[in-house]
Amino acid sequence: MTRLMPYGEHGLLVELDDLDAVVALAAGLRADLPPGVLDVVPAARTVLVSWESADADEVAAAVRALVDSPSPVAVVGREHHLDVRYDGADLREVARLTCLPIPEIIELHTTATWTVAFTGFAPGFGYLVGGDTRLQVPRRAGPRASVPAGAVGLAGEFSGIYPRASPGGWQLIGTCPTPLWRPDAEVPALLAPGDTVRFRAVP
Amino acid sequence: MNLEVLRPGPLTTVQDLGRPGLAHLGIGRSGAADRGSAQRANTLVGNDAGAALLETTLGRLTLRASAPVLVALTGAGSVLLLDGAEHPRDTVAEVAAGATLAVSAPTWGVRGYLAVRGGIEVPPWQGSRSRDTLAGLGPAPLRAGDSLTLGPEPARPASGPVRVDVPGAASLQALLGPRSDCLGERGLALFWSADWRVGTQADRVGVHLHGPTLPRASAAELASEGTLPGAVQLTPNGPVILLADAPVTGGYPVVAVLTAPALDRAAQLRPGETVRLVPLRGHSLSLR
Repeated sequence: MTRLMPYGEHGLLVELDDLDAVVALAAGLRADLPPGVLDVVPAARTVLVSWESADADEVAAAVRALVDSPSPVAVVGREHHLDVRYDGADLREVARLTCLPIPEIIELHTTATWTVAFTGFAPGFGYLVGGDTRLQVPRRAGPRASVPAGAVGLAGEFSGIYPRASPGGWQLIGTCPTPLWRPDAEVPALLAPGDTVRFRAVP
Repeated sequence: MNLEVLRPGPLTTVQDLGRPGLAHLGIGRSGAADRGSAQRANTLVGNDAGAALLETTLGRLTLRASAPVLVALTGAGSVLLLDGAEHPRDTVAEVAAGATLAVSAPTWGVRGYLAVRGGIEVPPWQGSRSRDTLAGLGPAPLRAGDSLTLGPEPARPASGPVRVDVPGAASLQALLGPRSDCLGERGLALFWSADWRVGTQADRVGVHLHGPTLPRASAAELASEGTLPGAVQLTPNGPVILLADAPVTGGYPVVAVLTAPALDRAAQLRPGETVRLVPLRGHSLSLR
């Protein structure tokens, strides 16, 4: 069931049934932004639409129209092959949670073709989906105050790489040396929605 | 013409009205935490409302002007000191060549806005000169020895003094947030009636409030979703009001969202101050 909820005077939060619906709505809105809308932020089950000056009812109508008849928007991205040193602090915990030996966790992580469903959380961060369901683990009970830059993690249906040191609650399985965020580059973020990622285990 | 930074104070950053439109990349809008005061300072000196200016934190900024320039200070309860002589807030001041201008430590509030006619000219990042203190983006915070250049003379003249009352006890108007149902009826009533106290954790990312433990209707973990400055998140340690540099997504339920004027007031909250949150009835939004 789709729900539309006001988010203050300048926002609208749309709750959707699944990630596919989220990606479709976000793509549809971005392809044709309603007048005044500045930001469209997809997340696991929601899309937040925000503005500085817009007609809230007009925005809601545009959202409803897209939800009722989603237009197929194909997002074709780049392929990335990223090295990972599988030395994460939570590898043993992930093995315990999944009942899988560590070599099999690495095998599953490296044989999947991951897709960037959306970006956000922090500059350069991409939420990756498409992994084997056996790799789905809950976030840590308490987040770490500081996760190192390049840390590769798992949480729920997602995998991801922390672009820089930050607080974080994902289960860490490895380290990726490739910079995901270079603020002075013409395109600062390496990962964009629609890109695919294959991981490669390195010693 | 330049402004030499003699003393930067605890934290002085360049701000404008931020860089909206990049949240889907994980980059927040940032910009002046008290947007109303920033715009007022710019208008006073004849700048566009969104020109780059200086945001001081607890004052104590000292600059020296190499040539005559018009400035205006708004926001927290500081005074402007021109070669030591006091000058009021919320009105244009003329700084002579070679004079020092200082922003005193404020007697109330936190953030002062010093606009200089022409605006602060530093290289923008992704269309804005705002410093995002969480992501570390935009111009670096001011340091002693920095030399700031100004933009071109604007077309508009400076404007006359504005009367701004010293704010009383903070009473922040807010709309019900999308996850207010995580609080039961009792919890919500307590949320609106409590005398919240501002904790020591207060910065451009957010202001932590301390007070009664709120009875929850649901303890279910929430998936991360988009957030906006002004959102009031309910964390295990109590409510947090998100300010200009808050992350663009968060996993704590948002039970209320401040109005724009309330957010400006929240940007001036000092640790130890008492805050009330006041419900504003939502305007009609035909929702299913």
